[in-house]
Amino acid sequence: MLPELGQFALILALLLAFAQCALPIYGAWRGNTALIGLARPAVAGQAVFVALAFGILTWAFLTQDFSVAYVAQNSNLSLPWYYRFPAVWGAHEGSLLLWILILNVWTVAVAAFSRHLPGALMARVLGVLGFISCGFLLFTILTSNPFLRHLPALPDGNDLNPILQDPGLIMHPPMLYTGYVGFSVAFAFAIAALLGGQLDVAWVRWARPWTNVAWAFLTLGITLGSWWAYYVLGWGGWWFWDPVENASFMPWLVGTALIHSQAVTEKRGSFRAWTILLSIFAFSLSLLGTFLVRSGVLTSVHAFASDPRRGIFILVFLGIVVGGSLLLYAVRAPKVAGGKPFALLSRETLLLVNNLMFVCAAAMVLLGTLYPIIGDMLGIGRVSVGPPYFGFVFPLLMLPVVLLIPFGPFFRWASADWSSTWRALRPALVLALVAAVVAKLVFRHAASWHAFIGVAAAFWVGAGIALYALKRWREVPAGRRYTPEMLGMILAHFGLAVFLAGVLITQATSVESDLSFTPNQTQQVGGLDFRFVGVQRVQGPNYLADQGTVEVRSGDRLVTTLHPEKRQYSGQQMQSKSDIDGGVFRDLYVALGEPLGDTAWGVRIYVKPFVRWIWFGGLFMLVGGLTASADRRFRARRSARDEAVPAAATATA
Amino acid sequence: MSRLLPFIGFVLVVALLIFGLRWNRTHDMNWVPSPLIDKPAPEFTLPLLYDSTKTVSRQDLLGQPYLLNVFGSWCVTCQDEHPVLMAHAKKFGVRLIGMDWKDDPDTAKRWLAQFGNPYDTILVDADGKAGIDFGVYGAPETFLVDAQGVVRYKHIGNLTPENIERELKPAIAQLGKVQP
Repeated sequence: MLPELGQFALILALLLAFAQCALPIYGAWRGNTALIGLARPAVAGQAVFVALAFGILTWAFLTQDFSVAYVAQNSNLSLPWYYRFPAVWGAHEGSLLLWILILNVWTVAVAAFSRHLPGALMARVLGVLGFISCGFLLFTILTSNPFLRHLPALPDGNDLNPILQDPGLIMHPPMLYTGYVGFSVAFAFAIAALLGGQLDVAWVRWARPWTNVAWAFLTLGITLGSWWAYYVLGWGGWWFWDPVENASFMPWLVGTALIHSQAVTEKRGSFRAWTILLSIFAFSLSLLGTFLVRSGVLTSVHAFASDPRRGIFILVFLGIVVGGSLLLYAVRAPKVAGGKPFALLSRETLLLVNNLMFVCAAAMVLLGTLYPIIGDMLGIGRVSVGPPYFGFVFPLLMLPVVLLIPFGPFFRWASADWSSTWRALRPALVLALVAAVVAKLVFRHAASWHAFIGVAAAFWVGAGIALYALKRWREVPAGRRYTPEMLGMILAHFGLAVFLAGVLITQATSVESDLSFTPNQTQQVGGLDFRFVGVQRVQGPNYLADQGTVEVRSGDRLVTTLHPEKRQYSGQQMQSKSDIDGGVFRDLYVALGEPLGDTAWGVRIYVKPFVRWIWFGGLFMLVGGLTASADRRFRARRSARDEAVPAAATATA
Repeated sequence: MSRLLPFIGFVLVVALLIFGLRWNRTHDMNWVPSPLIDKPAPEFTLPLLYDSTKTVSRQDLLGQPYLLNVFGSWCVTCQDEHPVLMAHAKKFGVRLIGMDWKDDPDTAKRWLAQFGNPYDTILVDADGKAGIDFGVYGAPETFLVDAQGVVRYKHIGNLTPENIERELKPAIAQLGKVQP
């Protein structure tokens, strides 16, 4: 009975989404306050029914109702209860429902926190969000119904893909989707501004905190995904330029450009059309990512089971949403450049360079990702270009960004003074060069030049941003030194320095070796002694594993004991589970390979210095994004506006 | 006009995606005639993956037909193809020679240790120069070379159970008839 109710709830949610889209937008056009006022109740109603549907699907997993086909395909009796939650979004149908749920959470948040914005604008914003929700609900109901019955009920289900049976997966998709979907808010504000012809800078100020939060969550989602790939997929790599990773990375790149461009538009009035365009692009790339992942048009290690009908549906929806908004842009975008003039040496110029570089990088990633289809089209066959392409082009495009970042905060708006900036930044340059020389001495075994570049770049960016923080401390009276917006900027840029250090030092100094061990044999890797004790059988909650024991010693001191496993799940699927001794300055990563002969085993051992800094950098960026969006300035101006336009406020109520 | 540019760009991308979807439905695989078909395979001398002190050249492989599979541990499509090779390698009736293309040999060894090694011999083309001689666009690609060192069949993209049945196996069977 419950699954049918779930489907019914989805249909009701679809009807409410349609109401939320059509009526308020029509009302805003006609100036009908009654229709405008319908937006919020529709939002609330839709959210209730979507949450109900999601709750019912979760309940079906918890109670193991194998009469629901989706539950039977993605869980079985032996699946521990804590993995039944992520199993809800472990495959296509459920993850789509999660997508819709998160869209509803964002919509409710926008409706709740923007009570003081002009009613017509909010009606359009909520209407656009309703349109997106309509499309996805229709998609779920027509092509991907998670509540489909399988009668008679199966006695037991298949298994959740063992790669997904991991704590990282509980958090990774929700965070990633929160970021993806969050760009729909900036998109909705941009479309609302275009629809209403209200192209002043006010809408940018209101959209900014939402964009920053979405960007922060996307950063967290990508960071978690990378961390998950590192310790679950078992190659010790952290980024593979896989189509699905690229699908999340493209919106991130454009989103990064967008938050910088929004800053310029809000503060100086420049780049208005560009900000609108980037808002459209960021969300379009989220939708395109959804299409690439779910249509089966590209092959990927994470690809969902595909169905051509799904591909066509998303493509049509993508065409309507993106094509429609780009046409609207072509018709309505601000005709005059607007904004205050700026000199060649100015913060505006630097931010423009940032924008160009990030958009180019996103285009480059898009080209590489679509390359297999382009290959088909040109008749040269379906081939992947892979890391040899991305790994070469991407750093080239990011090099100017890294070089210019420290100048950003020091350059003033409109016109910057070169000599004072140069004086202020000189210590950072000296420090970077000295650090590179020191790194050369410390990492003298490293064959590659990456470590020196990495140390120099990290110090250049990190010290540059620290010098700026110091300058504010010295020159500005207490209490006004750091606004949350500025603090967020400092944290995020500092995160980039940490990230750069992690990437390049790891790349240059990691030791990776595959060794054959007999029990109680000791071998040296990266200056540490690894003693292989042996392998024993252990029984997990829903798997049987060969568990190895490896003792790591530095001289006579026991550093750690690691237990890598090879797990055999009930669904006959093998999964290697590495064991990692993590540390701030180095990770020891041990994975069990194949048995070689009677007692010997292949064991893979990595010593990876600084690898965690990659993810620490992502966390800094997360905190930075959230801090910046908490700036009181966004709220203070809003309340000032509140008093100025009480009519708008009452119209909304 | 310039304001229409984003829209036009988007239309092009959509056209490409529609093409991709249609292609996927009508083509299970993609085969294009290669200028190498029925021509002698290009000369190469490449080191072995598991013993870089030894090299293997085109001449060393003469006398028996072989399949040359170009792959890389970085290549997502190869990962798709890999289980197929694992399942079929022993059934082809000819040697399966891997060419580890534009890849780091150590990473390739790890990749093979994790997913299994279907190859009889693996050659390393780290800088991709032999790949250029073979006209490799990207990985994976597979060449069927007969005992006289002549390329008889080429497949671009991943081998699947379907295209192995439909094309590769007939091509291998054909080898026996042509040879005395």
